[in-house]
Amino acid sequence: MNIHEYQGKALLKSSGVPVLEGVHCTTVEEALAAYDTLNSKVVAVKSQIHAGGRGKGIIYHPETKDEIMQGGVKIAFSKDEVNTYAKNILGNLLVTIQTGEEGKIVNNLYVEAGCDISHEYYLALLVDREQKSVLVMASTEGGVDIEEVAHNTPEKIHKIVVDPNCGLLGFQKRDLGVSLGLSGKALKSFYNMLGNMYEMFVSKDCAMIEINPLVKTKQDDIIALDSKISFDENAEFRHKDWNDLRDLSEEEDVEIRAKETGLSYVKLDGNIGCLVNGAGLAMATMDVIKLYGGEPANFLDVGGGADEEQVKTAFSIILEDTNVKGILVNIFGGIMRCDIIARGVIGATQSLGLDVPLVVRLAGTNVEDGKAILSASDLNIHTAEDLADGAKKIVALIGGGE
Amino acid sequence: MAIWIEEDAKVLVQGITGKQGMFHASKMQEYGTNLVGGVTPGKGGQEVLGVPVFNSMIDAIKETDADATVIYVPPPFAGEAIIEAANAFQTIKGKGVIVCITEGIPTLDMVNAVAYVANRKNIRLIGPNCPGIITPGETGGAKLGIMPGHIHAKGRIGIVSKSGTLTYEAVAQTMSIDEGQSTCIGIGGDPVNGTGFIECLEAFENDPQTEAIVMIGEIGGTAEEEASAWAKENCTKPIVGFVAGATAPPGKRMGHAGAIISGGKGTADEKFAAFKAAGIACAKDPSELGQVLLESLKKAGLR
Repeated sequence: MNIHEYQGKALLKSSGVPVLEGVHCTTVEEALAAYDTLNSKVVAVKSQIHAGGRGKGIIYHPETKDEIMQGGVKIAFSKDEVNTYAKNILGNLLVTIQTGEEGKIVNNLYVEAGCDISHEYYLALLVDREQKSVLVMASTEGGVDIEEVAHNTPEKIHKIVVDPNCGLLGFQKRDLGVSLGLSGKALKSFYNMLGNMYEMFVSKDCAMIEINPLVKTKQDDIIALDSKISFDENAEFRHKDWNDLRDLSEEEDVEIRAKETGLSYVKLDGNIGCLVNGAGLAMATMDVIKLYGGEPANFLDVGGGADEEQVKTAFSIILEDTNVKGILVNIFGGIMRCDIIARGVIGATQSLGLDVPLVVRLAGTNVEDGKAILSASDLNIHTAEDLADGAKKIVALIGGGE
Repeated sequence: MAIWIEEDAKVLVQGITGKQGMFHASKMQEYGTNLVGGVTPGKGGQEVLGVPVFNSMIDAIKETDADATVIYVPPPFAGEAIIEAANAFQTIKGKGVIVCITEGIPTLDMVNAVAYVANRKNIRLIGPNCPGIITPGETGGAKLGIMPGHIHAKGRIGIVSKSGTLTYEAVAQTMSIDEGQSTCIGIGGDPVNGTGFIECLEAFENDPQTEAIVMIGEIGGTAEEEASAWAKENCTKPIVGFVAGATAPPGKRMGHAGAIISGGKGTADEKFAAFKAAGIACAKDPSELGQVLLESLKKAGLR
């Protein structure tokens, strides 16, 4: 789960990580008032969307798609400029390298005081899969694309693995600061900041905290100038406050509904809907559809113990996608019995009025009963022997493939 | 032989009085698993499915001399259940196998649990978020998890996979060419887990019953690449592989918490390439696994 920069900075601030003064705004008037409150010669007017690359993005009119302005993060030197930038950004479409062509409508702004920067650094905390531990990553090359730094000059990226048995230790914070070339007051400021950030990472169940850039000011203070924070959704049960931080407009409506019914759904661009039990098998089903010349319309995992109602919800979600020209159901029954799935499929097609071809492949527990139920129905359901057979059949039925 | 779990292994279930725990414990018994007890704090002294319930893992292992435990505890308590099991096995027997089925455990809980287990020699954790481990027997066998027992048969193919139902698919494929399985392990799809591919490959390599291996990966992380490099240097037995997620879009979590392509890393293409570079015979479709395995067995003079 991702949160906005302004929300992240509020969390950082309350955890003892220095950030600049800033105000969250949703209207031009609020932005102008923020300029007065901040009482700073220079302010940054920052679009708040979950995707990165905002500074280099382009603002478009949401309907006409005419270009309005270069850059989703602007530096304003006067109230007039704040007015112009806030008007240009709010309610319009921001397209960045991470949003895809469709972009994101910007509903939130963050107006932030300026500071005298002497150097920009990169800092991130995340859980490293290979080390199975929290990893702290820092670089002297801040404010730029870190993937590029990692690729071109890997020696400029410094890493510290936190042993879960010890936590982040003093020498580790010091060593990392020194390897960034910090000393004196700046090193001390970095040391304290990093300790607080690690505490926050653990106590808030973060998946990632990325600060790019982290800056050293001319006064040798260390400040988080940006913040990209995501939480580990598995830990939601112990963080009741996350509900208030969630911006549903940043998430696909249908993906939220799927999640609420215990389904895992990701929309794709193809035209063959799929309904599968198990994440691995669901991915493999998409792959095999593509292999035989089709294009999957979605990833959909109904889980290990779906009931008739969930199967019906799954069908209705698939059918909402107007690109869908055919459906492939692929179930390997373990806990889930094939006869129950067969009844669920028939119930769903009857109540939803299915008018696209449907191929069903069943295997595993009670497969014979399941097949008998499907063939006894007078619905237009095609059965398949295995995954490849199912994929070939649905591709042929929608008139695609080789 | 088999790996880690013998056919007659004595098995406990943590969370046996819960809905999931009781259902799956009964299925394990039906398959022939030697279920010797269960653990639910506060419910010690009861009897469930004909076996005693204990308040703690320490009590349960003392009384039953169990070799392994299967965890069906809900996510908020599962990380601690792993640590309790590791502590109890270490204290009483000096060894034990912990299988955690639970899906949705907070990642930082797993970071702590995995570190705890790693500090205790001879304690093995499989999972979490996995179907478990099964060693089919001549009749029955040891099923520690949620896989459908009846699709398996004792044999010489070792199977290791990140996915649940895709493991069943692999099992069905071995059966389609009249081959059974030595042991099948689902290592789970979470970003931080216990046993990994390499440990499974190493155990299969050293297991006399296993003569060939099926390895099923999926997008995310670099475990498949590391396993391939290890296999190239150390594995003499034929390996057949498949990777799920060739069509998955970057940046989207595909069901499993760990199944995500991030920063352009962890793609199926990279993993297939690593498999091929290590001499692993790849199926581009899981329905082909049987035929690819058959060819590999023939090539190795095993058919």
